[in-house]
Amino acid sequence: MNAIAKKIPIGKIAVHLILLLGAVSMLLPFIWMLATSFKPPEEVITWPPTFIPKHPTIENYIEAFQAAPFHRFFLNSLIVSSISTISILLTSSLSGFIFAKYRFRGKNLIFLLILATSMVPFQSYMIPFYLMVNRLGWINTYQGLALPLLVMSFGIFFMRQNIITIPDELLEAARIDGCSDLKIYYSIILPLSKPALAALAIFSFKNAWADFIWPLLVANDINLYTMELGLGMFQHRFTVDYGSITAGSVISILPIITVYAIFRRHIIEGITLSGLKG
Amino acid sequence: MQAIKLRNPGEKRYNPRVRTLIFCWVSLLPVIFLFGVLRVYPMFSTIRLSFYNWNLIKPVRPFVGLANYVGIFKDHLFLMAIRNTTFFALGTVLIGIVLSLALAVLLNKSSLLSSFYQVIYFLPVITPMVPVSVIFKWIYDPGYGLLNYFLSFFGVQPVGWLMYPNLALISIIVMCIWKNLGFNMVMLLVGLKNISRQYYEAAEIDGTNKWQAFRYITLPLLRPILMYVFITSTIDAFNIFTPVYVMTTGSQGAPGNAVRTLVYNIYEDGFRYFKMGYASSQAVVLLLIVLTLTLIQLKLFRDEDAGSAIQ
Repeated sequence: MNAIAKKIPIGKIAVHLILLLGAVSMLLPFIWMLATSFKPPEEVITWPPTFIPKHPTIENYIEAFQAAPFHRFFLNSLIVSSISTISILLTSSLSGFIFAKYRFRGKNLIFLLILATSMVPFQSYMIPFYLMVNRLGWINTYQGLALPLLVMSFGIFFMRQNIITIPDELLEAARIDGCSDLKIYYSIILPLSKPALAALAIFSFKNAWADFIWPLLVANDINLYTMELGLGMFQHRFTVDYGSITAGSVISILPIITVYAIFRRHIIEGITLSGLKG
Repeated sequence: MQAIKLRNPGEKRYNPRVRTLIFCWVSLLPVIFLFGVLRVYPMFSTIRLSFYNWNLIKPVRPFVGLANYVGIFKDHLFLMAIRNTTFFALGTVLIGIVLSLALAVLLNKSSLLSSFYQVIYFLPVITPMVPVSVIFKWIYDPGYGLLNYFLSFFGVQPVGWLMYPNLALISIIVMCIWKNLGFNMVMLLVGLKNISRQYYEAAEIDGTNKWQAFRYITLPLLRPILMYVFITSTIDAFNIFTPVYVMTTGSQGAPGNAVRTLVYNIYEDGFRYFKMGYASSQAVVLLLIVLTLTLIQLKLFRDEDAGSAIQ
């Protein structure tokens, strides 16, 4: 008895120690980034490195904002991600509704074709995409930046799976009351799929925000850099000045961390349900 | 669809069935159009381009048949990119899954702080790749980086982690494992939670030990989700680009030092040397790799479904 009683807490403590060690290694890079961003230049390159700045300063942040228009990058990311999110919500909910609740010739084929496009990664067709945007004259424009992000086949699948659970009786009752199909969409389907729409909104917004390779190709004008591209370019220019580079990184992830802090449970659940990472 | 039989008294001019059909197509057509233009057209266009000597800055773009494909398989940079990308994919996926599975099993035992840990382990997952790469570039810094500082306690001399292509590749693998650990862990945790306790209780009565229970109950029942995580992670890994660009290229993109991955090579050939046709043939290779992985996944899922249907 005694041996068993002793054994259990030791096992539990070991489990928690490992998990804690993992958690620390997850957080350490962020803490290190935050610490560096508040250090004066001499302290950034002192040995041994310090975790709590001895002479904290916001100089790096001022310098980062002077060297690169981070407010502009933020605005650009906000615009592109918002266009993408609105378009994805609209197209996914409407076609998800149709795929879930109607029956007509060719429907399943179209649905399968749309799903099949999700298997092909953007990187494999970015060259013709670039040439297309180039022909349209949309290099260095918001519409050019947002164009590949306007639809998401996963979003359609996700909305269809959610709308399919809305009872048919509800829609029939509305039809008897004289509702048109469009009215059923915006007065029944949309309100009832709010949680799914919220999950999809967070997911697609984050997806658009984190995009790097497409802005790299299509935005050459610093005024159209998104946050990710701006930070990527900024750190290339200031390869040695880690004070302002880390300050720039903190600025760039602050909006995301804030959203995560508020919606963390929804985000984790949403992403696991969908089985997709950003 | 029974509602269609019931006529709306105010609407007599059109058959409701026709109205519904019109609604469906009018709503779907813009979506179909967008998918056609933004997905299907560029996909086929890639394949078409790969048969041309298509240079952005040259007006003459002759059809060259399979010459680009013959070319890339003689191109040592492309072959190096394939080798590096495969090594990267195997490294991140295999080590990543073993680690995340171990963590998920541990987390499954401690229900008390489970959600607290999940929130922390998920932090790198939601952080975009560019800032993560920037932080790790600083951690890997040969002079003042955190990693060399920690290793100095064990008497290890400072190492230039990102200076040599092979070492840089391993450093990026470690970073990507760190970034995706939380995602894989939470996915596997969902799978673990779905396994009924009854199996373990029955096994305990039969006198199995913990390892046997893991080997003969947990692993087989976790197989579908394990396969899912495995294939999606591999597909993601084959598309690796951002960390390579941020961490190992200079502002002028000094090509000699870069960790050459497939997408990086496509980017360089296509957008630095403007050899769009040549880069497209590499993109087709990427497409084939990803498609093969997806088909394996679909087949495994189908087998899995068939298996559960029989039971």
